[in-house]
Amino acid sequence: MKAHSEALAPTRKSSPLGTWASLHISNCKGSLGRIVRQPFASLLTVLVIAVTLALPAAMLLVIKNASSLSRSWDNALDFSVYLNQDVSLTEARRLKDIIEQRADVEVVTLITADEALDQFKADSGFGAALDHLGDNPLPHTLVVRPSSANTEQTVLLLNEELGNLPEADFVQVDTEWVQRFLAILDMLQRAIGIGSLLLGAAIVVIIGNTIRLDIQNRRQEIEVTKLIGASNAFVRRPFLYSGFWYGLGGGLMALGLVGYGLYALEEPAARLAGLYGSTFTVLSLDLRESLTIVGTGVLLGLTGSWLAAARHMRAIEPG
Amino acid sequence: MIQIDNVVKRFPGGQEALKGLTLNVEKGEMVFVTGHSGAGKSTLLKLIALIERPTSGQVVVDGKNTRRVSRRKVPAYRRQMGMVFQDHKLLYDRSVFDNVALPLIIAGIGYREAGRKVRAALDQVGLLKKERQNPETLSSGEQQRVGIARAIVSRPKLVIADEPTGNLDPALSLEVMRIFRRFNEVGVTLLIASHDIGLIDQLGCRRIALEDGRVQEVADDDDFIAEYGDPIVDPAVDPIIPDEDGGTWR
Repeated sequence: MKAHSEALAPTRKSSPLGTWASLHISNCKGSLGRIVRQPFASLLTVLVIAVTLALPAAMLLVIKNASSLSRSWDNALDFSVYLNQDVSLTEARRLKDIIEQRADVEVVTLITADEALDQFKADSGFGAALDHLGDNPLPHTLVVRPSSANTEQTVLLLNEELGNLPEADFVQVDTEWVQRFLAILDMLQRAIGIGSLLLGAAIVVIIGNTIRLDIQNRRQEIEVTKLIGASNAFVRRPFLYSGFWYGLGGGLMALGLVGYGLYALEEPAARLAGLYGSTFTVLSLDLRESLTIVGTGVLLGLTGSWLAAARHMRAIEPG
Repeated sequence: MIQIDNVVKRFPGGQEALKGLTLNVEKGEMVFVTGHSGAGKSTLLKLIALIERPTSGQVVVDGKNTRRVSRRKVPAYRRQMGMVFQDHKLLYDRSVFDNVALPLIIAGIGYREAGRKVRAALDQVGLLKKERQNPETLSSGEQQRVGIARAIVSRPKLVIADEPTGNLDPALSLEVMRIFRRFNEVGVTLLIASHDIGLIDQLGCRRIALEDGRVQEVADDDDFIAEYGDPIVDPAVDPIIPDEDGGTWR
Protein backbone atom coordinates (compact mmCIF):
# COMPACT_ATOMS: atom_id res chain seq x y z
CA MET A 1 0.00 0.00 0.00
CA LYS A 2 1.37 3.33 -1.01
CA ALA A 3 0.36 4.95 2.25
CA HIS A 4 2.49 2.48 4.13
CA SER A 5 5.49 3.31 2.03
CA GLU A 6 5.06 6.97 2.68
CA ALA A 7 4.40 6.43 6.35
CA LEU A 8 7.57 4.46 6.70
CA ALA A 9 9.78 7.09 5.22
CA PRO A 10 12.78 7.42 7.54
CA THR A 11 12.28 11.13 8.08
CA ARG A 12 9.04 10.56 10.03
CA LYS A 13 9.11 10.82 13.81
CA SER A 14 8.67 7.55 15.62
CA SER A 15 7.14 8.25 19.03
CA PRO A 16 4.60 5.59 20.12
CA LEU A 17 1.75 8.07 19.79
CA GLY A 18 3.00 9.19 16.40
CA THR A 19 3.29 5.56 15.27
CA TRP A 20 -0.23 4.83 16.49
CA ALA A 21 -1.65 7.95 14.85
CA SER A 22 0.17 7.33 11.58
CA LEU A 23 -1.11 3.76 11.53
CA HIS A 24 -4.67 5.01 11.96
CA ILE A 25 -4.20 7.67 9.29
CA SER A 26 -2.79 5.01 7.00
CA ASN A 27 -5.76 2.66 7.67
CA CYS A 28 -8.18 5.55 7.25
CA LYS A 29 -6.70 6.62 3.91
CA GLY A 30 -6.30 3.04 2.76
CA SER A 31 -9.97 2.25 3.43
CA LEU A 32 -11.11 5.37 1.61
CA GLY A 33 -8.83 4.47 -1.27
CA ARG A 34 -10.38 1.00 -1.53
CA ILE A 35 -13.88 2.48 -1.59
CA VAL A 36 -12.92 5.03 -4.23
CA ARG A 37 -11.29 2.35 -6.38
CA GLN A 38 -14.69 0.63 -6.66
CA PRO A 39 -16.79 3.68 -7.52
CA PHE A 40 -19.92 1.97 -8.81
CA ALA A 41 -20.33 -0.60 -6.05
CA SER A 42 -19.42 1.95 -3.38
CA LEU A 43 -21.82 4.53 -4.78
CA LEU A 44 -24.66 2.02 -4.73
CA THR A 45 -23.95 1.13 -1.11
CA VAL A 46 -23.72 4.79 -0.09
CA LEU A 47 -26.90 5.59 -2.03
CA VAL A 48 -28.87 2.82 -0.29
CA ILE A 49 -27.66 4.07 3.09
CA ALA A 50 -28.49 7.65 2.10
CA VAL A 51 -32.04 6.79 1.04
CA THR A 52 -32.54 4.74 4.20
CA LEU A 53 -31.37 7.67 6.33
CA ALA A 54 -33.23 10.27 4.27
CA LEU A 55 -36.62 8.56 4.69
CA PRO A 56 -37.01 9.09 8.46
CA ALA A 57 -35.24 12.45 8.19
CA ALA A 58 -37.78 13.62 5.62
CA MET A 59 -40.68 12.31 7.69
CA LEU A 60 -39.36 14.10 10.77
CA LEU A 61 -39.16 17.27 8.70
CA VAL A 62 -42.80 16.85 7.75
CA ILE A 63 -43.66 16.56 11.45
CA LYS A 64 -41.48 19.54 12.26
CA ASN A 65 -43.23 21.67 9.64
CA ALA A 66 -46.67 20.47 10.70
CA SER A 67 -45.86 21.28 14.32
CA SER A 68 -44.69 24.71 13.25
CA LEU A 69 -47.93 25.20 11.36
CA SER A 70 -49.98 24.10 14.37
CA ARG A 71 -48.24 26.66 16.56
CA SER A 72 -50.08 29.39 14.65
CA TRP A 73 -53.29 27.72 15.82
CA ASP A 74 -52.51 28.31 19.46
CA ASN A 75 -55.48 30.65 19.77
CA ALA A 76 -57.70 27.75 18.81
CA LEU A 77 -56.94 26.38 22.26
CA ASP A 78 -58.26 29.53 23.90
CA PHE A 79 -61.58 29.61 25.78
CA SER A 80 -63.98 32.38 24.88
CA VAL A 81 -65.96 33.16 28.03
CA TYR A 82 -69.01 35.19 27.00
CA LEU A 83 -70.23 37.13 30.04
CA ASN A 84 -73.83 37.88 30.86
CA GLN A 85 -75.23 41.05 29.32
CA ASP A 86 -75.64 42.61 32.74
CA VAL A 87 -71.98 42.27 33.68
CA SER A 88 -70.44 45.72 33.65
CA LEU A 89 -67.07 46.58 32.20
CA THR A 90 -65.67 47.10 35.71
CA GLU A 91 -66.87 43.70 36.81
CA ALA A 92 -65.48 42.17 33.65
CA ARG A 93 -62.06 43.71 34.35
CA ARG A 94 -62.16 42.44 37.96
CA LEU A 95 -63.08 38.98 36.75
CA LYS A 96 -60.23 39.09 34.23
CA ASP A 97 -57.75 39.86 37.03
CA ILE A 98 -59.12 37.02 39.18
CA ILE A 99 -58.95 34.42 36.42
CA GLU A 100 -55.49 35.56 35.39
CA GLN A 101 -54.17 34.71 38.87
CA ARG A 102 -54.94 31.03 38.36
CA ALA A 103 -51.92 28.79 37.92
CA ASP A 104 -53.54 26.95 35.04
CA VAL A 105 -54.10 30.13 33.05
CA GLU A 106 -51.44 31.83 31.01
CA VAL A 107 -53.18 35.02 29.97
CA VAL A 108 -56.64 36.51 29.84
CA THR A 109 -57.66 39.08 27.28
CA LEU A 110 -60.74 41.21 27.72
CA ILE A 111 -62.68 42.06 24.59
CA THR A 112 -65.20 44.66 25.52
CA ALA A 113 -68.63 44.67 23.94
CA ASP A 114 -67.76 47.82 21.98
CA GLU A 115 -64.53 46.34 20.68
CA ALA A 116 -66.36 43.18 19.68
CA LEU A 117 -68.96 45.17 17.79
CA ASP A 118 -66.33 47.23 16.00
CA GLN A 119 -64.50 44.09 14.99
CA PHE A 120 -67.70 42.45 13.85
CA LYS A 121 -68.59 45.48 11.77
CA ALA A 122 -65.19 45.45 10.14
CA ASP A 123 -65.09 41.68 9.54
CA SER A 124 -68.71 41.04 8.56
CA GLY A 125 -69.16 43.81 6.01
CA PHE A 126 -72.48 44.69 7.64
CA GLY A 127 -71.13 47.90 9.10
CA ALA A 128 -73.92 50.15 7.82
CA ALA A 129 -76.71 47.79 8.91
CA LEU A 130 -75.22 47.39 12.36
CA ASP A 131 -75.17 51.17 12.78
CA HIS A 132 -78.95 51.02 12.98
CA LEU A 133 -78.89 48.83 16.09
CA GLY A 134 -79.99 50.75 19.15
CA ASP A 135 -78.05 48.79 21.75
CA ASN A 136 -74.94 46.72 21.42
CA PRO A 137 -76.18 43.13 21.60
CA LEU A 138 -72.73 41.71 22.20
CA PRO A 139 -71.46 40.91 25.71
CA HIS A 140 -68.01 41.51 27.13
CA THR A 141 -65.84 38.52 26.44
CA LEU A 142 -62.84 37.07 28.23
CA VAL A 143 -60.42 35.13 26.06
CA VAL A 144 -58.64 32.71 28.39
CA ARG A 145 -55.47 30.95 27.27
CA PRO A 146 -54.60 27.93 29.41
CA SER A 147 -50.98 27.58 30.45
CA SER A 148 -48.88 25.12 28.49
CA ALA A 149 -48.39 22.94 31.59
CA ASN A 150 -52.03 21.84 31.43
CA THR A 151 -52.99 18.31 30.62
CA GLU A 152 -56.08 17.37 28.73
CA GLN A 153 -57.88 16.71 32.02
CA THR A 154 -56.91 20.01 33.69
CA VAL A 155 -58.01 21.87 30.56
CA LEU A 156 -61.40 20.16 30.80
CA LEU A 157 -61.57 21.07 34.49
CA LEU A 158 -60.75 24.70 33.70
CA ASN A 159 -63.44 24.69 31.05
CA GLU A 160 -65.95 23.41 33.58
CA GLU A 161 -64.97 25.92 36.26
CA LEU A 162 -65.14 28.87 33.86
CA GLY A 163 -68.60 27.72 32.77
CA ASN A 164 -69.74 27.60 36.40
CA LEU A 165 -68.86 31.26 37.03
CA PRO A 166 -72.07 33.22 37.81
CA GLU A 167 -70.94 36.02 35.44
CA ALA A 168 -70.44 33.59 32.57
CA ASP A 169 -73.19 33.11 30.01
CA PHE A 170 -71.45 30.36 28.16
CA VAL A 171 -67.95 29.15 27.33
CA GLN A 172 -66.95 28.38 23.78
CA VAL A 173 -64.10 26.03 23.26
CA ASP A 174 -63.04 24.52 19.96
CA THR A 175 -59.90 22.59 20.72
CA GLU A 176 -60.91 19.10 19.74
CA TRP A 177 -59.76 19.19 16.16
CA VAL A 178 -56.43 20.76 17.16
CA GLN A 179 -55.99 18.10 19.80
CA ARG A 180 -56.74 15.42 17.26
CA PHE A 181 -54.25 16.95 14.88
CA LEU A 182 -51.58 17.08 17.58
CA ALA A 183 -52.40 13.52 18.56
CA ILE A 184 -51.94 12.43 14.96
CA LEU A 185 -48.59 14.23 14.83
CA ASP A 186 -47.56 12.55 18.07
CA MET A 187 -48.56 9.16 16.74
CA LEU A 188 -46.71 9.81 13.49
CA GLN A 189 -43.64 10.87 15.42
CA ARG A 190 -43.68 7.62 17.37
CA ALA A 191 -44.27 5.61 14.21
CA ILE A 192 -41.31 7.35 12.60
CA GLY A 193 -39.25 6.57 15.69
CA ILE A 194 -40.06 2.87 15.36
CA GLY A 195 -39.53 3.01 11.59
CA SER A 196 -36.19 4.73 12.15
CA LEU A 197 -35.06 1.91 14.40
CA LEU A 198 -35.96 -0.63 11.71
CA LEU A 199 -34.25 1.42 9.02
CA GLY A 200 -31.22 1.81 11.28
CA ALA A 201 -31.10 -1.96 11.63
CA ALA A 202 -31.34 -2.19 7.84
CA ILE A 203 -28.31 0.12 7.50
CA VAL A 204 -26.36 -2.04 9.95
CA VAL A 205 -27.24 -5.10 7.84
CA ILE A 206 -26.35 -3.34 4.55
CA ILE A 207 -22.99 -2.15 5.81
CA GLY A 208 -22.35 -5.43 7.60
CA ASN A 209 -22.97 -7.33 4.39
CA THR A 210 -20.72 -5.01 2.40
CA ILE A 211 -17.95 -5.45 4.94
CA ARG A 212 -18.53 -9.21 4.97
CA LEU A 213 -17.97 -9.33 1.20
CA ASP A 214 -14.90 -7.15 1.59
CA ILE A 215 -13.55 -9.52 4.24
CA GLN A 216 -14.18 -12.51 1.98
CA ASN A 217 -12.40 -10.78 -0.91
CA ARG A 218 -9.41 -10.07 1.31
CA ARG A 219 -9.40 -13.43 3.02
CA GLN A 220 -5.92 -14.33 1.84
CA GLU A 221 -4.49 -11.01 2.98
CA ILE A 222 -6.10 -11.48 6.40
CA GLU A 223 -4.69 -14.99 6.69
CA VAL A 224 -1.18 -13.82 5.82
CA THR A 225 -1.38 -10.89 8.18
CA LYS A 226 -2.58 -13.10 11.03
CA LEU A 227 0.09 -15.64 10.19
CA ILE A 228 2.83 -13.11 10.83
CA GLY A 229 1.36 -12.04 14.13
CA ALA A 230 -1.44 -9.54 13.54
CA SER A 231 -4.11 -9.42 16.21
CA ASN A 232 -7.82 -9.38 15.38
CA ALA A 233 -7.89 -5.70 16.34
CA PHE A 234 -5.14 -4.89 13.85
CA VAL A 235 -6.86 -6.78 11.04
CA ARG A 236 -10.28 -5.36 11.95
CA ARG A 237 -9.23 -1.71 11.93
CA PRO A 238 -9.31 -1.06 8.15
CA PHE A 239 -12.79 -2.58 7.95
CA LEU A 240 -14.02 -0.32 10.74
CA TYR A 241 -12.74 2.64 8.75
CA SER A 242 -14.61 1.32 5.70
CA GLY A 243 -17.80 1.26 7.76
CA PHE A 244 -17.04 4.78 8.95
CA TRP A 245 -16.65 6.03 5.37
CA TYR A 246 -19.82 4.29 4.17
CA GLY A 247 -21.78 5.77 7.07
CA LEU A 248 -20.31 9.23 6.59
CA GLY A 249 -20.94 9.13 2.83
CA GLY A 250 -24.49 7.87 3.38
CA GLY A 251 -25.18 10.57 5.98
CA LEU A 252 -23.88 13.37 3.79
CA MET A 253 -25.77 12.09 0.76
CA ALA A 254 -28.94 11.81 2.88
CA LEU A 255 -28.53 15.49 3.77
CA GLY A 256 -28.19 16.25 0.08
CA LEU A 257 -31.34 14.29 -0.77
CA VAL A 258 -33.38 15.96 1.97
CA GLY A 259 -31.98 19.35 1.01
CA TYR A 260 -32.93 18.81 -2.62
CA GLY A 261 -36.42 17.69 -1.58
CA LEU A 262 -36.87 20.84 0.50
CA TYR A 263 -35.62 23.00 -2.35
CA ALA A 264 -38.13 21.36 -4.68
CA LEU A 265 -41.02 21.89 -2.21
CA GLU A 266 -40.15 25.40 -1.08
CA GLU A 267 -41.74 27.33 -3.93
CA PRO A 268 -45.01 25.30 -4.21
CA ALA A 269 -45.43 25.40 -0.42
CA ALA A 270 -44.94 29.16 -0.34
CA ARG A 271 -47.46 29.55 -3.18
CA LEU A 272 -50.01 27.38 -1.37
CA ALA A 273 -49.50 29.27 1.90
CA GLY A 274 -49.92 32.54 0.01
CA LEU A 275 -53.29 31.36 -1.30
CA TYR A 276 -54.42 30.92 2.31
CA GLY A 277 -52.98 34.30 3.28
CA SER A 278 -50.33 32.62 5.40
CA THR A 279 -46.66 33.49 5.69
CA PHE A 280 -45.76 29.87 6.37
CA THR A 281 -42.39 28.81 4.97
CA VAL A 282 -40.97 25.30 4.84
CA LEU A 283 -38.52 24.70 7.69
CA SER A 284 -35.26 22.96 6.81
CA LEU A 285 -32.88 20.91 8.96
CA ASP A 286 -30.92 22.94 11.48
CA LEU A 287 -27.26 22.29 12.27
CA ARG A 288 -28.00 19.96 15.18
CA GLU A 289 -30.40 17.86 13.11
CA SER A 290 -27.94 17.73 10.20
CA LEU A 291 -25.15 16.61 12.49
CA THR A 292 -27.48 14.01 14.02
CA ILE A 293 -28.19 12.50 10.60
CA VAL A 294 -24.51 12.37 9.65
CA GLY A 295 -23.56 11.14 13.13
CA THR A 296 -26.23 8.44 12.97
CA GLY A 297 -24.86 7.32 9.60
CA VAL A 298 -21.34 7.11 11.01
CA LEU A 299 -22.48 5.30 14.14
CA LEU A 300 -24.50 2.76 12.17
CA GLY A 301 -21.60 2.33 9.75
CA LEU A 302 -19.21 1.59 12.59
CA THR A 303 -21.73 -0.74 14.23
CA GLY A 304 -22.34 -2.69 11.02
CA SER A 305 -18.65 -3.03 10.23
CA TRP A 306 -17.80 -3.95 13.82
CA LEU A 307 -20.41 -6.70 13.91
CA ALA A 308 -19.37 -8.08 10.52
CA ALA A 309 -15.67 -7.89 11.32
CA ALA A 310 -16.07 -9.44 14.76
CA ARG A 311 -18.19 -12.26 13.37
CA HIS A 312 -16.26 -13.11 10.22
CA MET A 313 -12.73 -12.17 11.22
CA ARG A 314 -12.59 -14.78 13.96
CA ALA A 315 -13.50 -17.45 11.44
CA ILE A 316 -10.52 -16.63 9.25
CA GLU A 317 -7.44 -18.30 10.62
CA PRO A 318 -4.35 -19.34 8.72
CA GLY A 319 -4.46 -23.02 7.91
CA MET B 1 14.82 -23.80 21.39
CA ILE B 2 12.17 -26.34 20.32
CA GLN B 3 11.13 -29.40 22.30
CA ILE B 4 8.54 -31.70 20.80
CA ASP B 5 7.57 -34.34 23.29
CA ASN B 6 5.47 -37.34 22.28
CA VAL B 7 3.17 -35.18 20.17
CA VAL B 8 0.12 -36.67 18.54
CA LYS B 9 -1.91 -34.66 16.08
CA ARG B 10 -5.20 -36.12 15.01
CA PHE B 11 -7.40 -34.19 12.61
CA PRO B 12 -11.19 -34.30 12.57
CA GLY B 13 -12.08 -37.45 10.74
CA GLY B 14 -9.48 -39.45 12.60
CA GLN B 15 -6.46 -38.96 10.36
CA GLU B 16 -3.28 -38.92 12.46
CA ALA B 17 -0.58 -36.68 11.03
CA LEU B 18 1.82 -37.08 13.94
CA LYS B 19 1.98 -40.25 16.03
CA GLY B 20 4.00 -39.60 19.14
CA LEU B 21 6.67 -37.36 17.63
CA THR B 22 9.60 -36.43 19.84
CA LEU B 23 12.48 -34.18 18.81
CA ASN B 24 14.63 -31.32 20.02
CA VAL B 25 16.18 -28.37 18.21
CA GLU B 26 18.89 -26.53 20.11
CA LYS B 27 19.37 -22.77 20.06
CA GLY B 28 21.45 -21.67 17.07
CA GLU B 29 20.88 -24.90 15.14
CA MET B 30 19.87 -25.12 11.50
CA VAL B 31 17.82 -28.28 11.19
CA PHE B 32 16.03 -29.77 8.21
CA VAL B 33 12.92 -31.87 8.48
CA THR B 34 12.46 -34.17 5.54
CA GLY B 35 9.96 -36.75 4.52
CA HIS B 36 7.45 -37.65 1.86
CA SER B 37 4.19 -35.84 1.42
CA GLY B 38 1.99 -36.68 4.38
CA ALA B 39 4.96 -37.54 6.60
CA GLY B 40 3.97 -34.75 8.98
CA LYS B 41 6.51 -32.00 8.13
CA SER B 42 3.98 -29.22 7.59
CA THR B 43 1.89 -30.34 10.56
CA LEU B 44 4.98 -30.10 12.76
CA LEU B 45 5.62 -26.52 11.62
CA LYS B 46 1.96 -25.64 12.08
CA LEU B 47 2.11 -26.88 15.66
CA ILE B 48 5.18 -24.74 16.30
CA ALA B 49 3.50 -21.69 14.71
CA LEU B 50 0.30 -22.43 16.66
CA ILE B 51 -1.69 -22.72 13.48
CA GLU B 52 -2.70 -26.09 14.90
CA ARG B 53 -2.71 -27.42 18.46
CA PRO B 54 -1.47 -30.89 19.40
CA THR B 55 -4.04 -33.53 20.27
CA SER B 56 -1.67 -34.74 22.98
CA GLY B 57 1.94 -34.23 23.95
CA GLN B 58 3.84 -31.01 24.42
CA VAL B 59 5.34 -28.43 22.11
CA VAL B 60 7.72 -26.07 23.90
CA VAL B 61 9.18 -23.17 21.94
CA ASP B 62 11.79 -20.94 23.54
CA GLY B 63 10.64 -22.10 26.96
CA LYS B 64 6.95 -21.54 26.25
CA ASN B 65 4.60 -24.49 26.33
CA THR B 66 2.21 -23.80 23.47
CA ARG B 67 -0.65 -25.32 25.45
CA ARG B 68 -0.42 -22.34 27.79
CA VAL B 69 -0.57 -19.78 25.00
CA SER B 70 -4.16 -18.57 24.96
CA ARG B 71 -5.96 -17.68 21.74
CA ARG B 72 -5.57 -13.98 22.55
CA LYS B 73 -1.83 -14.35 22.97
CA VAL B 74 -1.24 -16.27 19.74
CA PRO B 75 -0.46 -13.10 17.68
CA ALA B 76 2.23 -12.01 20.17
CA TYR B 77 3.60 -15.58 20.19
CA ARG B 78 3.81 -15.64 16.39
CA ARG B 79 5.53 -12.26 16.31
CA GLN B 80 8.49 -13.85 18.09
CA MET B 81 9.29 -16.06 15.12
CA GLY B 82 9.79 -15.65 11.41
CA MET B 83 8.00 -17.83 8.89
CA VAL B 84 8.85 -18.60 5.28
CA PHE B 85 6.45 -20.40 2.98
CA GLN B 86 6.75 -22.29 -0.28
CA ASP B 87 4.17 -20.04 -1.92
CA HIS B 88 5.78 -16.90 -0.40
CA LYS B 89 2.44 -15.60 0.95
CA LEU B 90 3.19 -12.05 -0.11
CA LEU B 91 0.60 -9.30 -0.46
CA TYR B 92 0.52 -8.36 -4.11
CA ASP B 93 -1.27 -5.06 -3.67
CA ARG B 94 1.72 -3.70 -1.76
CA SER B 95 5.31 -2.95 -2.59
CA VAL B 96 8.26 -5.10 -1.60
CA PHE B 97 9.07 -2.55 1.09
CA ASP B 98 5.55 -2.69 2.53
CA ASN B 99 5.52 -6.48 2.56
CA VAL B 100 8.75 -6.61 4.50
CA ALA B 101 7.62 -3.80 6.81
CA LEU B 102 4.37 -5.55 7.73
CA PRO B 103 5.67 -7.49 10.78
CA LEU B 104 7.18 -4.27 12.13
CA ILE B 105 3.98 -2.32 11.55
CA ILE B 106 2.04 -5.06 13.33
CA ALA B 107 4.51 -4.96 16.21
CA GLY B 108 4.09 -1.18 16.46
CA ILE B 109 7.71 -0.39 15.71
CA GLY B 110 8.41 3.28 15.16
CA TYR B 111 8.48 4.31 11.54
CA ARG B 112 12.03 5.54 11.48
CA GLU B 113 13.34 2.35 13.01
CA ALA B 114 11.06 0.24 10.82
CA GLY B 115 12.34 1.91 7.67
CA ARG B 116 15.91 1.29 8.72
CA LYS B 117 15.24 -2.37 9.56
CA VAL B 118 13.35 -3.02 6.33
CA ARG B 119 16.20 -1.64 4.27
CA ALA B 120 18.71 -3.65 6.27
CA ALA B 121 16.68 -6.84 5.69
CA LEU B 122 16.28 -6.12 1.99
CA ASP B 123 19.97 -5.43 1.76
CA GLN B 124 20.71 -8.81 3.33
CA VAL B 125 18.66 -10.62 0.70
CA GLY B 126 20.00 -8.41 -2.12
CA LEU B 127 16.74 -6.67 -2.97
CA LEU B 128 17.33 -3.16 -1.69
CA LYS B 129 17.10 -1.71 -5.19
CA LYS B 130 13.72 -3.31 -5.71
CA GLU B 131 12.00 -2.03 -2.57
CA ARG B 132 9.44 0.04 -4.50
CA GLN B 133 8.51 -2.72 -6.91
CA ASN B 134 5.43 -4.86 -6.66
CA PRO B 135 6.29 -8.48 -5.77
CA GLU B 136 4.45 -9.61 -8.91
CA THR B 137 7.15 -8.05 -11.04
CA LEU B 138 9.83 -10.18 -9.36
CA SER B 139 10.99 -13.68 -10.20
CA SER B 140 9.96 -16.58 -7.99
CA GLY B 141 13.39 -16.62 -6.36
CA GLU B 142 13.23 -12.91 -5.66
CA GLN B 143 9.74 -13.27 -4.23
CA GLN B 144 11.05 -15.96 -1.90
CA ARG B 145 13.83 -13.59 -0.84
CA VAL B 146 11.19 -10.98 -0.05
CA GLY B 147 9.46 -13.62 2.07
CA ILE B 148 12.73 -14.33 3.86
CA ALA B 149 13.37 -10.62 4.43
CA ARG B 150 9.90 -10.36 5.95
CA ALA B 151 10.64 -13.35 8.20
CA ILE B 152 13.90 -11.93 9.53
CA VAL B 153 13.14 -8.21 9.58
CA SER B 154 12.10 -8.25 13.23
CA ARG B 155 15.24 -10.20 14.16
CA PRO B 156 13.47 -13.31 15.50
CA LYS B 157 15.41 -15.95 17.40
CA LEU B 158 13.61 -18.66 15.45
CA VAL B 159 12.73 -18.95 11.77
CA ILE B 160 10.62 -21.82 10.47
CA ALA B 161 10.34 -22.45 6.77
CA ASP B 162 7.98 -24.79 4.97
CA GLU B 163 9.43 -25.98 1.67
CA PRO B 164 11.10 -22.62 1.01
CA THR B 165 12.79 -23.93 -2.14
CA GLY B 166 9.86 -26.00 -3.36
CA ASN B 167 9.15 -23.76 -6.35
CA LEU B 168 12.72 -22.81 -7.13
CA ASP B 169 15.26 -24.23 -9.52
CA PRO B 170 18.44 -25.73 -8.01
CA ALA B 171 20.55 -22.59 -8.40
CA LEU B 172 17.95 -20.38 -6.76
CA SER B 173 17.42 -22.99 -4.04
CA LEU B 174 21.08 -22.84 -3.22
CA GLU B 175 20.96 -19.05 -3.13
CA VAL B 176 18.09 -19.19 -0.65
CA MET B 177 19.97 -21.69 1.51
CA ARG B 178 23.02 -19.43 1.54
CA ILE B 179 20.83 -16.66 2.89
CA PHE B 180 19.47 -18.99 5.58
CA ARG B 181 22.98 -20.07 6.48
CA ARG B 182 24.06 -16.44 6.95
CA PHE B 183 21.24 -15.90 9.42
CA ASN B 184 22.13 -19.13 11.20
CA GLU B 185 25.71 -17.90 11.56
CA VAL B 186 24.52 -14.92 13.57
CA GLY B 187 22.61 -17.14 15.99
CA VAL B 188 19.18 -17.53 14.42
CA THR B 189 17.69 -20.99 14.91
CA LEU B 190 16.21 -22.39 11.72
CA LEU B 191 13.85 -25.30 11.26
CA ILE B 192 13.28 -25.97 7.59
CA ALA B 193 10.89 -28.51 6.13
CA SER B 194 12.05 -29.73 2.77
CA HIS B 195 11.95 -32.77 0.59
CA ASP B 196 14.99 -31.67 -1.39
CA ILE B 197 17.37 -34.33 -0.03
CA GLY B 198 19.96 -33.56 -2.72
CA LEU B 199 20.24 -29.97 -1.59
CA ILE B 200 20.13 -30.77 2.13
CA ASP B 201 22.89 -33.31 1.78
CA GLN B 202 25.24 -30.50 0.74
CA LEU B 203 24.71 -28.42 3.84
CA GLY B 204 26.13 -30.36 6.73
CA CYS B 205 23.12 -29.69 8.87
CA ARG B 206 21.19 -32.04 11.05
CA ARG B 207 18.40 -33.67 9.16
CA ILE B 208 15.37 -35.23 10.81
CA ALA B 209 13.54 -37.60 8.53
CA LEU B 210 9.87 -38.11 9.26
CA GLU B 211 7.82 -40.99 8.07
CA ASP B 212 4.22 -41.62 8.86
CA GLY B 213 4.17 -39.07 11.65
CA ARG B 214 7.28 -40.35 13.46
CA VAL B 215 11.00 -39.68 13.37
CA GLN B 216 12.58 -42.19 11.02
CA GLU B 217 16.22 -41.15 11.30
CA VAL B 218 18.47 -38.29 12.32
CA ALA B 219 21.39 -37.71 9.97
CA ASP B 220 24.37 -35.40 9.98
CA ASP B 221 26.26 -34.73 6.81
CA ASP B 222 29.58 -33.62 8.24
CA ASP B 223 31.36 -36.33 6.31
CA PHE B 224 30.01 -34.96 3.07
CA ILE B 225 31.15 -31.44 3.94
CA ALA B 226 34.56 -32.71 4.97
CA GLU B 227 34.97 -34.39 1.62
CA TYR B 228 33.53 -31.83 -0.75
CA GLY B 229 33.43 -28.51 1.14
CA ASP B 230 30.34 -26.50 1.94
CA PRO B 231 28.73 -24.86 -1.09
CA ILE B 232 26.50 -22.83 1.16
CA VAL B 233 29.12 -20.96 3.14
CA ASP B 234 31.68 -21.04 0.34
CA PRO B 235 30.21 -19.84 -2.95
CA ALA B 236 33.42 -20.90 -4.69
CA VAL B 237 32.36 -24.50 -4.26
CA ASP B 238 30.11 -25.48 -7.12
CA PRO B 239 26.70 -26.64 -6.08
CA ILE B 240 25.98 -30.27 -6.53
CA ILE B 241 22.75 -30.56 -8.33
CA PRO B 242 20.86 -33.82 -8.56
CA ASP B 243 20.39 -35.06 -12.09
CA GLU B 244 17.26 -36.62 -13.38
CA ASP B 245 18.34 -40.10 -12.45
CA GLY B 246 18.80 -39.18 -8.83
CA GLY B 247 22.60 -39.07 -9.05
CA THR B 248 24.63 -35.92 -8.72
CA TRP B 249 26.84 -33.92 -11.01
CA ARG B 250 29.07 -30.93 -10.53
